[in-house]
Parts: sequence; structure tokens; C-alpha cells
Amino acid sequence: MRDTTSAAPHTSATPLLQTVGLTKRYGSFLANDKIDLDVWPQQIHALLGENGAGKSTLVKAIYGLVQPSEGELRWEGQTMVLSGPSQARARGIGMVFQHFSLFDNLTVAENVALGLDGKESFKEMSARLQQVSRSYGLPLDPKREVWQLSVGERQRIEIVRALMQNPKFLILDEPTAVLTPQEADQLFVVLERLKSEGRAILYISHKLEEVKRLCDTATILRGGRKVSTCNPKAETAASLARMMVGTEIKEVKPAASREITVPRLVINDLNLEPDDAHGVHLKGISLELRGGEILGIAGVAGNGQDELFAALSGERLARDPGTIVIEGIAAGHLSISRRRKLGAAFVPEERLGHGTAPRMRLSENALLTGHAAGNMVQHGFVNTAATLNAVDRATETFDVRKAKRDPEAASLSGGNLQKFIVGREILRNPAVLVVSQPTWGVDAGAAAVIRQALLDLAAGGAAVLVTSQDLDELIEISDRIAVMFHGHLSASLPTAEASREKLGLLMGGSSLETKEQAHAADT
Amino acid sequence: MQLILEKRAERSKIVALVSPLIAIGLTIVTMTILFMVLGKNPISALYVYFIVPLTDGYSLQEIAVKATPLVMIAIGLSLCYLANAWNIGAEGQFLMGAVAGSWIAVKTQGTEAGHWVLPAMLLLGAIAGALYALIPAICKVRFGASEILTSLMLVYVADLLLDYLVRGPWRDPQGFNFPTTAEFDPVATVPTLIEGGRLHLGSILALIVVAAGAVLLGKTIKGFEIRVVGAAPRAARFGGFNANQLILLTFAISGALAGLAGIIEVAGPVGHLQPGISPGYGFTAIIVAFLGRLNPIGILIAGLFLALTFIGGEQAQITMKIPLDVTKVFQGILLFYVLACDSLILYRFRIVSSSPQVARGAH
Repeated sequence: MRDTTSAAPHTSATPLLQTVGLTKRYGSFLANDKIDLDVWPQQIHALLGENGAGKSTLVKAIYGLVQPSEGELRWEGQTMVLSGPSQARARGIGMVFQHFSLFDNLTVAENVALGLDGKESFKEMSARLQQVSRSYGLPLDPKREVWQLSVGERQRIEIVRALMQNPKFLILDEPTAVLTPQEADQLFVVLERLKSEGRAILYISHKLEEVKRLCDTATILRGGRKVSTCNPKAETAASLARMMVGTEIKEVKPAASREITVPRLVINDLNLEPDDAHGVHLKGISLELRGGEILGIAGVAGNGQDELFAALSGERLARDPGTIVIEGIAAGHLSISRRRKLGAAFVPEERLGHGTAPRMRLSENALLTGHAAGNMVQHGFVNTAATLNAVDRATETFDVRKAKRDPEAASLSGGNLQKFIVGREILRNPAVLVVSQPTWGVDAGAAAVIRQALLDLAAGGAAVLVTSQDLDELIEISDRIAVMFHGHLSASLPTAEASREKLGLLMGGSSLETKEQAHAADT
Repeated sequence: MQLILEKRAERSKIVALVSPLIAIGLTIVTMTILFMVLGKNPISALYVYFIVPLTDGYSLQEIAVKATPLVMIAIGLSLCYLANAWNIGAEGQFLMGAVAGSWIAVKTQGTEAGHWVLPAMLLLGAIAGALYALIPAICKVRFGASEILTSLMLVYVADLLLDYLVRGPWRDPQGFNFPTTAEFDPVATVPTLIEGGRLHLGSILALIVVAAGAVLLGKTIKGFEIRVVGAAPRAARFGGFNANQLILLTFAISGALAGLAGIIEVAGPVGHLQPGISPGYGFTAIIVAFLGRLNPIGILIAGLFLALTFIGGEQAQITMKIPLDVTKVFQGILLFYVLACDSLILYRFRIVSSSPQVARGAH
């Protein structure tokens, strides 16, 4: 363990917040193991680590959501025992969660009021809301209902709600995960301003470039333990990653040359109304994807990616068969099983409950998508040997770590389950693979294996469509990238021409809107 | 100190087997208290309930006779419940099967009709039960109506239909105005297995149904579809399984089995159609299905156990003047404990110290 002091001098004698030997035990599992953390006023302190490293547990302890098993919290040098988040807020600790806790059908002001402990009237609160949001450059209309707002605007509500309590210490959990690059830049301005006001910020992220740019100090966790506290500006992204993962991460290598062949997946002017009130209407989506190609679809979550996946997989049927063509056959009206028989395979975003039945064994989950084609079912009877064989092959090829040969899906870690799901589909040798968020919430080692598998699949002649919110991932593996915004899909850009700035603009809808305005002006 | 429920990483196989036994144990403790409140000696009451019926041949046969409809119905219900379709109306499907099958028996009464009568009755009973079960299933699939309510309410419709028939058009003219049909002809009667005994062919059919249920759920793709649709509906859709089709299928199967059980009961132990042919088999079978863990072999064992409580209840009424309704209380308490104990399969109790002071002392 090394402990280099941060570059910036501290303005006060004691840290604002300390954890001393903080340990949290769940049964025999140590989520946090004797973690020491010092956060000073006027500091943006990054908390780095892979999924399962213990970041969430640590911040939950600081915010009073979990009680430490051992060790203690100190606030301005004094021992602090928190029995709940309201006590944390009373001391001046605020938190912005990664998953928003907002009511879609309530207005901005109503949502903020629900999260505040104060006794001021609703009118005073609304006025203060407007004043706080304006002064920090986070514009919000208090009277709008949440469901009408973009993800970035929803995050603003959470941030403003936290700021209205005038916190000395603010915890942000992966705040840029749902933002376009431009929105993230705006957020950084706000964070710098909060820092200059003397507040401390604990910033959870796994985007290393962002941390290097923004943070003064970084504490890195791995397997529940603190690996290091360092100055991220003095480190490289690779050295930070090495500390997070513990080993070198294998570089993902595309095949030297790939042959682009026939169109394997074609979408012709797909329009689809949403089946629930707050869903996204798909409008005029067209694309052509050839064998040997990987097409990336970028976009902020909730812009129609889920609806597009459902339309492509056949979980929702299109009215006109010709809108979706798989391997040259009109498939818009075909069920998911029929599409699988045509050579298509699908990997949804949700691993548990969508991609797998959580409480069923892996062999049964192999049967879930393997029953339509192949030898798993004979005369209506399940060939158990064949399903187990599929599990073994996926385990071997993709290094799935599990406690026994055929455990329940829910007992695997996120990375291992994702490797199993991707392996299950790839080992069926699909001609077309549609995959959504392939490495979401997956450790770096598993992510590299999965990306490599997608590249290899394309090299073998398959067409691969990847939807992801991680721009770096798309830039790494895609040949072309298109952007979804409000149910529209932009024309695709060759990856070499797709700069983060260009993609960011498309993700914010700017070029599409100008096109629409031009169109409106024409008519 | 604090008692918390903690999620297990995997379902516990041991608890899955033991949980029904824990539930039975808790039920017996509760019943002991109930008997004491009623002023009866709990030891002798429990002895009459659970031991006496096992001591003579006649009672053992009677247990098998009572278990036959319970097991048959519960196998069908377990398919519904596994698929997350809540058929509560097996009692109605049972009565409808009994009515439809009896129609052939009544119409062929005293004619030269041959050995086709009984098979035709069984077939028609099953078909009628299936069609009757499809009413709530179709309402659910087509209009989103709660199958729990509709299937339950149809029980009373079936009950009143049976009542009307045996008091009106099908009443035995030589029956001294009792609401019953004439005794069925021998060709319309389920044969007994032991000369002069009560055990009948239906018990063999119930065993075949158990075996078929085990094969369906354990070995076939249809059984897998049923289980996935209940356990993870979204994953089932992703797998390409049609939830609505499976609701119709499981309701039809469970209706058919309830209907078959109904006509076997009428053409077997009862011998004619009359009101009160069922002491609530269709409802008790719900308890059997859950006590048997929705598993065919478990259902067979649970069916025999619940049949024991029927016989024991009768004995207790005769020898100790304990009201027969206590049997229903017993069955209700048992279902309550079974469902409660089931949470231990996915969760476990842990005692944790909640005070941070204690935690710091250990540091």
C-alpha cells in the first residue's frame, strides 16, 4: 500500500470526514475491510474501484444507510454515529444516487419537497429551488412533471435537491454515467464551483480520464480493501486501472482484416408506438448491417434503445414484416423463436429476469434460448445432456467462474453471468447478434473477454449490433456508430470520424433538431 | 439484538424438504392449544386425528379413496400455480365434471348400453371440467379479468346447477323425493379393486396422473415453459414462450383433472349424483398443492396426509364430539404455516447485534 499525499495543500487542520478502520461484514463476506479515508474541505475526492470493490457499501455507511460492523466515522474530528440518512443530512452530508428516486407523475418542486426534511412552506421552497438552481447554472422549471424531462434534467433535480440543504459534503455516485460528454462538462463546472465554495465532494466513478481531470485525490478500493490513496493527476489511466483491477488488463485486438459481406440485418423505416405511457415512440429507423461489421448505437438511456431491442428481438412485433429483414427474410412479424431459427441471437441489457431466469439453473437457462434450434429438444422432451453440454462449452470458452457445474443463474457474479449469457448466444454461431449494454456493471477482466468475443464473432462473418451508453466501448469495438435520440436513429458515422464531441452533439439531439426545423420550415 | 431475514445465494434444498414438516409441526402445536381451549384432552384428540385412522384396514382404504380426488386435482392446480395462474375454482370444475359425466349415466340408465359408458363418462367429465376452467382463463387472457375472482365465483354457479338438476329433471322417481339421481348402472360405475372394499380404479388413475405430472414438469419443454413463465415472465417472453397460451393450457389441464376427479367420485364411492358430493376437495387440493411444494411426488404424500385429516376429523366427531369444522380450521392453519415456512427456502434468519457500541467494543 502506498500513500502519497495529495498535491493541493489542505485549508484546515482536520479532515472534514474520516473513516477509521471502517469494516462492514455481511455474514462471512467482508464488503469493507478496515478502510481509512480522509476527505478534506475544498477537495474533490475520487472513490475508484470495480463493481463489488466496496464503494457503495462505504458511501452508504457515510450516508447512514448501513451501520459499520467495526471502525468509526469522524466528522470534523469528532466521532459520529449515524442511525439513518436524515441524521447524515442534518450534519451536512448530501448524496446524489446513481439511480434516481423521483416520482414520474409529480412535478419537480413536489419531488424536491418530498426529499427535504425542512419545515418551510411549499411556496417558499419553490422560490428557493428556483434561486438555487439558477445560481448554480442548473436551470429547472419547478412546475414541470418529471416524466417529461431528460435524464440529464432529472439528475439536475437530484443535485439541486442535495444543494438546497447546503451540504458541506456531497457524495455523487457515477454522475456522468447517464450524461452526454457536453452535459458532463457542464456538471464539472458546477462541481468546481462547489469546491471553490469550500465544500468537499466524494466522487464515485470508473471513468479514469474524468477522474484525472476533475479530482484532487483518489482512493482506490479492490475486493473491499483500500489499495491506495494517490493524486490521480500524477497517475496515468493505465496505472489507475492496474490498481483497480490488480492485474494488467488484456488489450482488446480487432482482427487484422475483416471481410465485409452481404447485408444480414436490415431495418427499413421502422415505426413503432410504445406499449406503455412513458415509453418511446420509434420513428423512421433504418439501417443496414453487413456480415463482418460491428455497428454501435450510442445514446443516453431512455431514448428508444429498449424499444428498438424489443422490436429487433421480436418481443414486440412490427406491423409490417418488411421493416425488419434478417438474412434476407422479412421478419418483422416473426416471433423471437422464428428469428432465432433464421440465425439471429440476442443479449438483453438486464441479465437477471430478462436474459436469464434468476432462480433456474444454468442448464435451464441454456435451454431458454437454445430450444428453438439445435438438439436440446427432441419430440418435446428436453435432452438434459445437451443443455449441460452447452453450459460446459460456455464455461470453458469464456472462463465462467462458478461454484459448481450447474448452479442457479442468480448465484453467479455479474461478470461471470454476462460471460455465460454472451457465450450461450455466441456458441450458437449466430449470423446476427443484437446485444444491449454488453459490459454494463461487469468487471474489467470480463468486459475485455466479452468485447474480444464480439470482435471475433464479427471476424467470423457475423453482423453485430451493439447498443451501449459507454462511448469508449463503442469507439473501441465498432466499425460505425449511430446515435439514438427521442426514438430517431442518426445516420451512422465511421468510427474514425466519430469524435466524442460529434457523438455528444448527436446524443443531445442538436443536429437532428436542426434537420427537423429545416424540414418544418420547408413545409 | 435483532432478528433479520437474509436472502440466501441459492434456494436451500434441505429447507425445501423440511419446510412442510416444520409447518405440520407448528400446526399440531396450534391445534393442541385449540383443543385445550375447546376443553378436550389434546393428546387423545391428536391420537384420534392422526393415529387411529392408520390402525385398521377399512380406514386405510378410505384414506386412499379420499386422497384420490385431492391428488388428481392438486396435480392440475400445481401446473397453474407454477405458471403464475391462480385457479381457485377447482371445486366448480370438479362439480361440472361430475354433472357432465352423470348425464351419460342418467341417459343410459336401464338400457342395454355396453362397456363404453364408463370411459365415455370419464372423457366427458374431463372435457366439461376443462371447458369450465377455460371460462376464467379466457376472461383473463382476453380482458385481463382476475382469474382468482372469476374462477372462485364459478364454483357457486356449478354448485347451483348440480342442485337444480338433482332436484328437477334428473331426480330419481323412486327416490322418495330425495334430491338425488337413481343409483348408476354397473356399466356406469368405477370398479373396485378389492372385492367388497372401497378402493377403486380411480386411485390407480391418480397414480398415473402423478407420474405424468412428474414427466411433464421434469422432462418436457412444455413443463419447462410452464415453470419459466411463472418464475421469470420477462425471461419467458425472451425465450419465446407465450404466457397467454400457457395460462389457457394449464387452466385446461387442471380443469380436466378436476372434472375427471369429479366424475370418478360420483361414479365410484358415491354411486349417484347428489348435492354434497364433495367435502371441499377442490379447495383442500389448493393446500395439498402447496404442502406438496407444487411437486408431483410431494403432492401424492400431501394428498394422503390431508385425506388422513378428513378421516381423523370424522372419527373425532364420532368419539370425542369435536365439530367436523375443526378439520377445516386445521387445514386452513396448515396452509398458513406452509406459506410462511416457504420463505425460509429463499431466506434465512440471522441474529445480528444492532448496537454500534457493541461493534466498537470488538474492535
